[in-house]
Amino acid sequence: MIKFDKVTKIYPTHSSNGSPTAVLQDISLEIKEGEFVSIIGKSGAGKTTLTRLVLGLEEPTYGEVYFRNKNIRIAKPSEIQNIRRSIGGIYQDYKLLPAKTVYENVAYVLEVKGSSHGEIKKEVQKVLELIGLREKGNNFPKELSGGEQQRLAIARALVIHPKIIIADEPTGNLDPYNTYEVISLLEKINKAGTTVILLTHNREIINKLQKRVVTLVGGKIIRDEAEGKFII
Amino acid sequence: MFTNIARVIKFAFQDFARNKGISIAAIFVLIVTIMVVTGLFFFQGITSYLTSEIQNKIDITAYFEEGTLEEDILNVKNEILKISPDIKNIEYISQDQAFQIFNERHKDNPVLAKALEQVGSNPFLPSLNIITNGDPLQYEQISDILQTSDFGKLIDKVDFNQKKDTIEKVYSITTNINKFGILAGAILILVAMLVVFNTIKLAVDSSKEELGTMRIVGASNWFIRGPFIIQGVIYGFFAFIFCILISGLFAYLLSPYLGVMMPGFNMFDYFLTNFWILVLIQLGFGIAVGIISSLIVVRKYLILRDRLMVGHSSLEAGILVRVQVPQHQSAQFRGRPRRVES
Repeated sequence: MIKFDKVTKIYPTHSSNGSPTAVLQDISLEIKEGEFVSIIGKSGAGKTTLTRLVLGLEEPTYGEVYFRNKNIRIAKPSEIQNIRRSIGGIYQDYKLLPAKTVYENVAYVLEVKGSSHGEIKKEVQKVLELIGLREKGNNFPKELSGGEQQRLAIARALVIHPKIIIADEPTGNLDPYNTYEVISLLEKINKAGTTVILLTHNREIINKLQKRVVTLVGGKIIRDEAEGKFII
Repeated sequence: MFTNIARVIKFAFQDFARNKGISIAAIFVLIVTIMVVTGLFFFQGITSYLTSEIQNKIDITAYFEEGTLEEDILNVKNEILKISPDIKNIEYISQDQAFQIFNERHKDNPVLAKALEQVGSNPFLPSLNIITNGDPLQYEQISDILQTSDFGKLIDKVDFNQKKDTIEKVYSITTNINKFGILAGAILILVAMLVVFNTIKLAVDSSKEELGTMRIVGASNWFIRGPFIIQGVIYGFFAFIFCILISGLFAYLLSPYLGVMMPGFNMFDYFLTNFWILVLIQLGFGIAVGIISSLIVVRKYLILRDRLMVGHSSLEAGILVRVQVPQHQSAQFRGRPRRVES
């Protein structure tokens, strides 16, 4: 489904001393449909850059990134937009639209896809019900707690029925209870057939999940285990 | 397609209504800008009235030999009009009319009346009074034509040389007023547009993070830009409504006061006469400035985000030696064509 083929990403002036830094070095990785893959590593290990490469927000300096056999480097802007529309993104900072209500935030991704009004109404209500935010449909994100905002971000990711969910530190701002809820939800989604890529540095989550773990250190993959543990 | 347009319009109205503070600020700034343009429009009306009034007071007169027939003078008038079609007004004044005008003008001056009485007969000559657009060159040309053409023998004298200095001064003043008006107008419009641009920039600034989120979920550039552009139209439209009302009210209230200073110029009449031109200027200017500012600002952010997101690697060719890169990659991928996202 997603393939990194000898990918290197260099930022010209990324490091504190202003010299170029290779954030990712010669990464080769394949994620198959239906997998639950956790990518772990310390801050700055290159986890987020991997997701940005998939979303076409970054371009690899060397190597290629494929999404469903499509080389992202040579994809047209409209193809990149379609790729982004098929990926459910969940982020630590939620990336919600503050001027839109809970309902509108979820509906927006379907509106971007060009779904009909009826379909949007049905799908949004369904996913808000699932995520427990139906009563707060008319609230704005700032009126929600951190856990509710993260659930809203998940609802937005789920409503498009994505083939893949990329969760970048989805529990970073959550308390243990909400963390457990979010991870359980991701497991459920994965069991239903959706590929999940979880980027985290939360040891407890990884050890409990017992799924495939890819460990990144200094931009390199140092471990890739089917039922991995958090070892850095 | 139509669904997307409807959605973009819906987003624009939603954002407009929800960001009340920013919307009000943007409309207010647009009102100021449009009022500057409207002020210039009225200024132009006043100056053109004033210059026309001044120019109408400047003329040259061709005096004909005593006894020249009225028919011959009217023939000269027609010939002059044929040769110089730019003449604003040419008036035949007979000997009797000249006498009456003089009497009327100096009826309170007994000395002049007595002097005229002593002369005994009508001392005035028949004449043609000519008014042009005020250009001294044109007056000079007409003066030359009058004196050198076939009908020159009918003419006693043309008073151009006596009036030449006055004509040149008046022409210079009116030309400079127009030049100053254009320059001041251009500067004011430029300043006002910069203010609008910066206000709309502030409005878009507040949505900067949103632009990034919209991109991540796959929104097209049109889907992102559209609401901001339509908001620009809404700002422009509301600003226009306020401006046309304010302009009408000001014209109505100021009209009596200006009428005292400039008899013959009615500002409210000028407003009513030029109403549709003013509507076009205010609406067109408001909407155009709103749209253009939104377009530039959003485009700037979208380009900036593209550079931040995908632009790093463009600098890398010259600095590869400083980074450890696998040899097979540096050879394989150097110079590969890049995707540019618009």
